[in-house]
Order: sequence, then structure tokens, then C-alpha cells
Amino acid sequence: MPTKLIVDCSTGVTTEVELTAEEIAEREAMAAEYAVQKAQEDAAKAAAEEAKASAQAKLAALGLTADEIAAITGA
Amino acid sequence: MATTYTLISSVTVGAGGAANIEFTSIPATYTDLVLKISPRLDSTNGTVYIDYNSTTSNQSWRRLFNSSGTAGSDNSTRQLMTAVESTFTANTFGSTEIYIPNYASSNYKSSSVDTVQENNSSTNLQALIANLWSDTAAITAIRIVPFSGNFVQYSTAYLYGISNA
Repeated sequence: MPTKLIVDCSTGVTTEVELTAEEIAEREAMAAEYAVQKAQEDAAKAAAEEAKASAQAKLAALGLTADEIAAITGA
Repeated sequence: MATTYTLISSVTVGAGGAANIEFTSIPATYTDLVLKISPRLDSTNGTVYIDYNSTTSNQSWRRLFNSSGTAGSDNSTRQLMTAVESTFTANTFGSTEIYIPNYASSNYKSSSVDTVQENNSSTNLQALIANLWSDTAAITAIRIVPFSGNFVQYSTAYLYGISNA
């Protein structure tokens, strides 16, 4: 069970308590949102890398050397 | 540092980590509040939300940032700051200061956030954020909540009161 730290400023005492049902629900909702967000980011990153590899392969097929491809693409 | 700068309370996260950190029963005897946080998360997302009085309502923000070398600006709801992510340089913690003026007034509560994700890499984030809680209630509690994961051991938070006299 996840816990939180509560600092009571009137006493200076810190206690560790379990999250409430509402907080757990919020946490689960955020986790689901993050999973979707992360999947989208990972997909976008993979697509970009795939496009870059494809472009480099096409340039190589045109006869450019690896150094020449790096010179015009920065990679 | 001004002599009116008073430590109200502080906390260091223990070995078990913490899903969130809350300062409660904040006295109304100061003019402003300053919360200094040095956080690290066990998540690959460094977003941390800031809630007052245990509510997520009536919040908004505008941000200027530099993310891995790219500058930009954005805005949305739910007040926020950042923390060091789990994949960042080991044993490093973030640096964040939240300044909340007139926290006990009956006006809406604006605050400024200076927040940095420490990382010895080209992947990092620095931001200045203008948070706003559109509520007239005095702030009596502050909760910092990671969007994902937990605060890890040795993360710290210090709450100070600032008096104008």
C-alpha cells in the first residue's frame, strides 16, 4: 500500500500514513494517463528513428558515402 | 538571508519512499511562504503537482522552459513543478523553489516556481512557472504529488514563513 508523509506544521511531527481511497484512485488514473502518454512518446520516437534510418538508406542507395550522409544530416 | 525568514517545518523522505508529501496546519501568521524542495522520483516522468488545501480545483499555470536545449512556453491546469527522474544521473536531486506571496489573504493565490531537473546529460529541463490558485481561501495545507511514481529516499522539502515586518 503506498504511503504519504504528512508534516503537521502546528506540532512539527511527521507521520507516514496510507493513501486514502480517493488518492489511490487519482494515482491509478494518473498512472493510466502516463502509460498512454509514454506509449505515444515511444511510438513517436520509434517512428522518427525509422524515418531517419530509411532516409539514410536511400541516400546510401544514391551512392553517398557514410561520411557524406553524416555531413548533410548531422548523423 | 533576512531575519524574517523562519523555518516552519521540514521533511526528508525515508527508505520506503513517499507517494506524496503534505504540509498541514500551516499557521497564518506569516506574510508569504517559501517551499524549497529537492526531489527525485522512481519514475521516468518528472512532473510533480502542487495542490493547496487538498483540492485540485481552480488551478492554472503558464511556463517558460528550456527542455534539452529547446526553449518554449506552454500553459495548462493543475499547478506543477519538476523532479529528477529515475533514469537521470544517480544520486542527484532536483532544485525547486516555490514562492507564495500573501498566502493567507482573501485574494486568489499566485505563486512563482523556479525548478530544475538536475542531470549530467543533454536531456534536462529548467523552467519558470507562474502558478495560480483561483480561490479566496487562506492556504493552510500544501501537497506535492508526483504525476507518476514516488519520491525516493533523501528527497527533502523545507517550508519557510516570510514576514514583512
